[in-house]
Amino acid sequence: MSHCTCQITKSGSAITNLGIRWVGSFWALVALLLPGASHAEYKFNFPEPVTPVARETLHIHNEFMLVITILFVVVFAIMIYSMVKHRKSVGHQPAKFTGPTGTVQWFWALVPFAILLFIDFILMGIPAVNAIIEMEDTKTRADMVLKVTGMQWKWQYEYPGTDIKFISTMSTPREQINNAEAKGENYLLEVDNPVVLPVGKKVRILMTSTDVIHTWWVPQFGVKRDAIPGFLRETWVNIEKPGTYRGQCAELCGKDHGFMPIVVHAVPEPEFLAWLEQKKAEAKAAAGGADRTWSKDELMAAGKEAYDKQCVACHQAAGQGLPPAFPALAGSKIVAGPLLDANGKIIKDSHVDRVLNGKPGTAMQAFRNSMSDVELAAVITYERNSFGNQAGDMIQPAQIKALR
Amino acid sequence: MSYATTHPAGHHDEHHPSGLLRWLTTTNHKDIGTMYLTFSLIMFFVGGLMILAVRAELFQPGLQLMRPEFFNQLIGVHALVMIFAALMPAATGFANWMLPLMIGAPDMALPRLNNWGFWLLPPAAILLTLPFTLALFGIGDGAIATGWTFYAPLSVQGGMGVDFAILAVHILGISSIMGSINVIVTIFNMRAPGMTLMKMPLFAWGWLITAFLLIATLPVLAGAVTMLLTDRHFGTHFFDAAGGGDPILFQHLFWFFGHPEVYILLLPVWGLMPHVLSTFSRKPTYGYKAQVYSFIAIGVLSLIVWAHHFFTAGMPVPALIYFMFSTMAISLPLAVLFFCWIATMWKGAMTFETPMLFAVGFIVLFGIAGLTGLVLADVAADAQYHHSYFVVAHFHYALFAGGIMGVMTGVYYWLPKWTGHMYNETLGKWHFWLTVVSFNLTFIPQFFLGLAGMPRRIPDYALQFAEFNAISTVGAFILGISQLLFAWNIWSCIRGGPKAEARVWEGAEGLEWELDSPPPHHSWETQPVIK
Repeated sequence: MSHCTCQITKSGSAITNLGIRWVGSFWALVALLLPGASHAEYKFNFPEPVTPVARETLHIHNEFMLVITILFVVVFAIMIYSMVKHRKSVGHQPAKFTGPTGTVQWFWALVPFAILLFIDFILMGIPAVNAIIEMEDTKTRADMVLKVTGMQWKWQYEYPGTDIKFISTMSTPREQINNAEAKGENYLLEVDNPVVLPVGKKVRILMTSTDVIHTWWVPQFGVKRDAIPGFLRETWVNIEKPGTYRGQCAELCGKDHGFMPIVVHAVPEPEFLAWLEQKKAEAKAAAGGADRTWSKDELMAAGKEAYDKQCVACHQAAGQGLPPAFPALAGSKIVAGPLLDANGKIIKDSHVDRVLNGKPGTAMQAFRNSMSDVELAAVITYERNSFGNQAGDMIQPAQIKALR
Repeated sequence: MSYATTHPAGHHDEHHPSGLLRWLTTTNHKDIGTMYLTFSLIMFFVGGLMILAVRAELFQPGLQLMRPEFFNQLIGVHALVMIFAALMPAATGFANWMLPLMIGAPDMALPRLNNWGFWLLPPAAILLTLPFTLALFGIGDGAIATGWTFYAPLSVQGGMGVDFAILAVHILGISSIMGSINVIVTIFNMRAPGMTLMKMPLFAWGWLITAFLLIATLPVLAGAVTMLLTDRHFGTHFFDAAGGGDPILFQHLFWFFGHPEVYILLLPVWGLMPHVLSTFSRKPTYGYKAQVYSFIAIGVLSLIVWAHHFFTAGMPVPALIYFMFSTMAISLPLAVLFFCWIATMWKGAMTFETPMLFAVGFIVLFGIAGLTGLVLADVAADAQYHHSYFVVAHFHYALFAGGIMGVMTGVYYWLPKWTGHMYNETLGKWHFWLTVVSFNLTFIPQFFLGLAGMPRRIPDYALQFAEFNAISTVGAFILGISQLLFAWNIWSCIRGGPKAEARVWEGAEGLEWELDSPPPHHSWETQPVIK
């Protein structure tokens, strides 16, 4: 299939590229004339495609842009000709016709629509249908599956069949966003845990969400698909070239919609397998951590780390929150309440209940699915003993494991 | 048709109240038209100020002026204000002022409904914007922050701004339905004797289709937002998968209204264009029947293409192909309109006063909207364009260059008729050129931003998007400031100016030009007879 796509792409691209280059260079010239537009490699088109779908999309886009540019130029050249020639100031006498009369005029009036019909349903329509069929071909010959879960405002990646599951959050410091520090090269497009995929393999991507609709979009892959809470959507990629590819959430999903980037490391298969083994070992070590008893200092340290990744966007660094949408943890009655009931079970609407199960209808999500036992125990302990809260107690990872 | 004869000329009660009470109680179509247009102009500036704040934030990377929550509120309320409180009332204002004059009717058919329809608007506008003010006093967390599309579950999660917006949309919807009923009843019952439907001015045809589309689709929107309201407060789960609902159901319902809405905004303008082009080309309209049939075809097609607004939500391949081809099919009747507009100009004797400049600007820029819409219909390419700035640029070419510049065409065309004075032509031309240049300066860079991969509705962006955003912001500020010329020109035209004749423009044809400028408070009390 991908070989076939290559051929199609090459055959039609020569004329298209020429046209696009011409249109592109015109705008490049415009941009150069404007002050401040001195960025060296400016983008007037899609970024370099690295999957068959993205290449096909770029090809179709280039062809369509050429078609509509020609339509635009021809139609408005006729109009501008008329505006120059048929003016009162040059003494043109107005005609009186109100429609086509006679066979010849009807013929010329209908020709544009025949051309448009051809463009719509043949010239553009047939390649478009082929592209849709290729893009939606998620069912056949996938080499592996990646599950992507959108949540406010981070992505969780799972590799079904392994225990590997991790959350990927933006790593750009808030100081850069608030203009207190110089912005880095990959400002807003960098994460703590990039997702790693092998090149040359067909990866079926399943998508869902835990809260609101998000959209997973890496421009160089040519795919964009909504992650919908309660439903699975799918798409696929077959990355042809190793590299780091960056994208963003594309559907408005609340306050930090602009701050949930996607970073994909595409690596050769052996490297991918090695990474997989390493991640498996890490997952095992983390799972083992749930069985031992943790000291309070250990929990507080791990809790701060988890808090700064998962909680800080809403509840803020000093636990003051952003009321009324995002309540404060500092001085919160829920946080100060009892940890568990006498039998060691969850009390409804308690601190542990909120963290594990979330609060439906709000941005507070159920973290039981996205955080490990250790992280949950640590973050609960941390919140109860920070920001001036002095619950004094702690909860062990083993207790969380038992509560699941 | 006996209506006119029951009111002999000169027998009218001219003791209408003066001052504020006059405007509160008026049932005169001209007064109500003036109120609609004034309201629209005010809200145009309100919505414009909101988006200038947004563009100022986007001038540079980083957060400078506002928090993301507030940014999200501004973009959504900007759209709601511009669509429901600026563009739609402007079209209704045109209908009120001009339909009776153009079809030879003494007034709209349902004058009291007309008054009520207008006076629902200010409370709705207040509801929409009140949460901003309330938030200043620490009540609630501001206006609706979901974008104008209300997508569930984000809107289920949102604060009380969503409830305010839902109620505002309900009220605006009721107002629009009443306006539409009035237009339909007026057109069907009050045309001058001899004016058959196929002799009716195209402006009336455009509005007639708009009115039917409003009545067909607004109840669906009202239903959708009511379901949202009950999901938010009364424990229903229409849009919550955990309770057996479906978030995508909301998108279907919303866009079943939302797509025809585009044509609701544009059809009155398309109806107006042939009048202006024919006037300034001094030549009759080309392809009258073809344009009427195109209006009808576009109205019908607009009801069956809605899902192209959420191709990325995922749907079966046959559905994708159906919605792609049905969307592309709209290009055919639209091409008929472009053909007729250009053929109306062809071999005329053109002059380029401000309305003609705006009409020509409208055709060219709306052409860009149509052509980019054609490529957006293609599902595979749409996967790249969707949710990106490419779409933002596309629909601003449709709704600013198509909708708002179309309204400006109408305002300059009819202002001398309404006020009895000529506006300042030099100022009008400055307004046109500044608008066209700065509009393109604002939105051409946004096409490239979208292609380069910038998602819409983000308050901050990666560094590679910086230059185009800076250019776009500069353009937006020039565009915004240029509109002060428009307001000033209208204001000074109301206050005075050279006397306008009955037939304001040399090539103007139609009943409205038979009346004085300004027309008497009550006109066509004896209906003209059309041969």
